Amino acid sequence: MPPLTRWYVRLSFTYLVLALVASTAGAAQQPLGLPGWVAALGPVAVHLFVVGWITQMIFGVAYWMFPRRSAAMPRGDPAPAVATLALLNAGLLLRIVAEPWHATRPSSLTGGMLVASAMAQWLAGVWWVVMMWPRVKER
Amino acid sequence: MPAPSRWAIRAALVYLLLGFTAGAVLLAAKGGLGSVPWRVLHPLHIEWLLVGWTAQLTMGVAYWIFPRVSLRRDVSGSPRMVWLAFAMLNVGIWLAGIGAIAPRPLEGTVTLLGRLCEVSAAVVFARVMWPRVRPGLAQM
Ligand code: HEM
Repeated sequence: MPPLTRWYVRLSFTYLVLALVASTAGAAQQPLGLPGWVAALGPVAVHLFVVGWITQMIFGVAYWMFPRRSAAMPRGDPAPAVATLALLNAGLLLRIVAEPWHATRPSSLTGGMLVASAMAQWLAGVWWVVMMWPRVKER
Repeated sequence: MPAPSRWAIRAALVYLLLGFTAGAVLLAAKGGLGSVPWRVLHPLHIEWLLVGWTAQLTMGVAYWIFPRVSLRRDVSGSPRMVWLAFAMLNVGIWLAGIGAIAPRPLEGTVTLLGRLCEVSAAVVFARVMWPRVRPGLAQM
């Protein structure tokens, strides 16, 4: 398992825990009288699960298991591959902080953080597809 | 990687691009960067990423790596049936997506047709894969 995959997989486990903590907190908000922003965690909980856990696990495992690109560079250039990990996680972390914050106290700062998060995750996705496309082949 | 897997995985990568783009536009709009047709992009975003990306990628990879049916012939189950499953899944994704954004009287019918295609795809795929859920041929 290449080092990048190990990072992807470890992070994906972490996001699984965070996703379930966020949904639990959302469910506990009313009964326990938790602060209002906890109620705005819905979309964050969904995306911690589908992006942080599922998509990140797929990114890491596919990077490891898909047919090799070439004998000299089996998984292509590692530098852009590391950038996909960094961008996806930076984007997701920004969203976790900014989305509930923006829902309760919108400002140009929280709005800007959401835009930055959108761009980072989008770039990670596009980059990952460009990187993996040539590896979808017979052998 | 067999041809049906290659096509399903490539299609899944295209849905990842479409879905991430729709998601990024929605999120940026939430942050105040322009206004977007939320009612259109939101259901498409969900359909493309949940069914087009995660479900289809998983199906494509499973068809590739699950144990083969027979040692003598290199067969991965019925290729014709698996092509049918992938075709129905993709028709279903577009019908369900269009249904979600279609005007009122059409909305329900098109979505229903789409969902029926997706269900049929899942049934056919499960049928093809069922015998392959077993120990690898080398272990038998
Ligand atoms: C595999 C990846 C993804 C899946 C399966 C997915 C799925 C979903 C689902 C089920 C919803 C509806 C739930 C809700 O509204 O809270 C949703 C909403 C949304 N998604 Fe995603 N998503 C994915 C990735 C992304 C990405 C990468 C972005 C942004 C860059 C994004 C942005 C949004 C936004 C802005 C909403 C609307 C949230 C709201 O209701 O305010 N999604 N997505």
